[in-house]
Amino acid sequence: MIEVNVKLRFGAFFLDVAFRNAERVTALFGQSGSGKSVTLGIIAGLMRPDSGYVRLDGEPLVDVEAGVFVPVSRRRIGLVFQDSNLFPHLSVRQNLLYGRWFAPRAARRIDFNAVVETLGIGPLLSRPPARLSGGERQRVAIGRALLSCPKLLLFDEPLAALDMPRKLEIMPLIERVRDEFKVPIVYVSHAVEEVARLAHCVVMIEAGRVKFVGDPATAFSRLAAAPAVDRFDVSSVLEARVDERPSFHGLTALNHPAGTIWVAGPAGPPGSAARVIVKATDVALSLSQPKEISMRSVLAGKVATVKLNGWLATVEIELGENSYLLAAITRGALEDLSLKPGSNVYALFKSAALDERALA
Amino acid sequence: MLDLNLPALMDLSPAEWTAVWLSLKIATVATVASLPFGIFTAYALARWQFPGKTLVNGLVHLPLVLPPVVTGFMLLLLLGRKGLIGAYLAEIGVVFSFRWTGAAVACAVMGFPLMVRAMRLSFESIDKRLELASETLGANGLWTFFLITLPLATPGVIVGAILAFAKALGEFGATITFVSNIPGETQTISAAIYSYTQVPGGDENAMRLTLVAVFIALSALVASEIVQWRAEKRLGNAE
Repeated sequence: MIEVNVKLRFGAFFLDVAFRNAERVTALFGQSGSGKSVTLGIIAGLMRPDSGYVRLDGEPLVDVEAGVFVPVSRRRIGLVFQDSNLFPHLSVRQNLLYGRWFAPRAARRIDFNAVVETLGIGPLLSRPPARLSGGERQRVAIGRALLSCPKLLLFDEPLAALDMPRKLEIMPLIERVRDEFKVPIVYVSHAVEEVARLAHCVVMIEAGRVKFVGDPATAFSRLAAAPAVDRFDVSSVLEARVDERPSFHGLTALNHPAGTIWVAGPAGPPGSAARVIVKATDVALSLSQPKEISMRSVLAGKVATVKLNGWLATVEIELGENSYLLAAITRGALEDLSLKPGSNVYALFKSAALDERALA
Repeated sequence: MLDLNLPALMDLSPAEWTAVWLSLKIATVATVASLPFGIFTAYALARWQFPGKTLVNGLVHLPLVLPPVVTGFMLLLLLGRKGLIGAYLAEIGVVFSFRWTGAAVACAVMGFPLMVRAMRLSFESIDKRLELASETLGANGLWTFFLITLPLATPGVIVGAILAFAKALGEFGATITFVSNIPGETQTISAAIYSYTQVPGGDENAMRLTLVAVFIALSALVASEIVQWRAEKRLGNAE
């Protein structure tokens, strides 16, 4: 259980963040400059809040009113930085064992070999960090944080400095770390794919304040939580299940209460859950069920909310109980179709626009 | 031109050997003894903000800009037998003036700015996030300094020590002012060369010691290059 309730002012920026989460992975999501990294810094002990507290399983890490401030070195929080920050004068093995040496003997419950195997870094152990690739460095950094046997793992945009193939290589490893070592995780990111895949609970931060706290499917599909700044940053996350049907022309069917979503390529074993990310700008709306069209995924729903934004409008469509989809369309289209809350619509999107590699 | 007898150049008299040995001893002691203070001062100047930082920085650099004779005279005023501090030290039996230990003090003071400058640059170039990473892994400030900061600053520390050593070998003005030129006690290579040049026919002796000084200086430079190259290779910076 992590509880955060802090206020901090520096310069013109004012941070006022409060949330609590008992689930394993908490994601702090927001654009750069939103205050998510500052929040992480406060949890890690790199910054002091003006007021408030951070508690981990009831124990205060910092509590300004009670005069408690646990120094960084005694918080036992494993921090994985954006750039791995491995110690250049130590070998990979020495890097991995660094934090372990400082952990109290009784707390060293995470096994060295298990971590090395999970992260696939066995062949790298005797190398200096200078002779590792970016992806390898980040794996070692994750292992190093994990082997300090922390009470909490903090990830600060761990994939932001990597290219797409490296991201796809590291993401499953973070999932395995999450599932195998049972350490609570706070994951800071501005990438929907990472958060949708890894997190149980999303804390949306915008301009220093918490905008929304909830599961990823709700966090990324409700208009109230969507980022107000840029329409290209607006995405929805749909919870679906992989269909039993064999793939058709290389497409895999995912069942959603409002219809079938088709994605290119394999998408996990039949029956497994999959979170699909749909960009609001990739969604088209139709009043009738369209035929003879290349868009394969058609979901039926009802307009819930409409938000106007200059020449554009963001439409929130209710697809069923607790399932929503956001579509960015023009004001002209909105008026031509006379869409308003309650209208029945079909939401369409191209399979080619869905990234099957980011499915979870 | 000098009439040089080459084989004779290899032949140092016992008095000359004493001067060489004394120079090495004084330079080594001066460097080793000032090393911890140099590291501490360099780190403090590189990483800490404290009142009077400019003053400390100025004091450290003073021997670099003052005439060495002035520094030597100030040492005499401070540490001489009747000096401000020296008078108290003499009571507990510690005397620097006209002793080789005094020469080491003079050399250490003269080499200190060079040492601190090199080390400070090295500390400043270390990525603070590495120290931060160390702390998140459970190492407190002291452990982090000895396990991360100091090893990463090693190339700069070595350069600083070599510079101080070289300065100590060549130190003349402050030393001769503070501890005079006493054969067997405070007469270093430089002081001995100076003495030879003051007597008729001393040129050949001066030349012998000059060659020794060149040899020692070159060896120190080569050694520092090797040590630094190896340290950088270990840090993964060398090609």
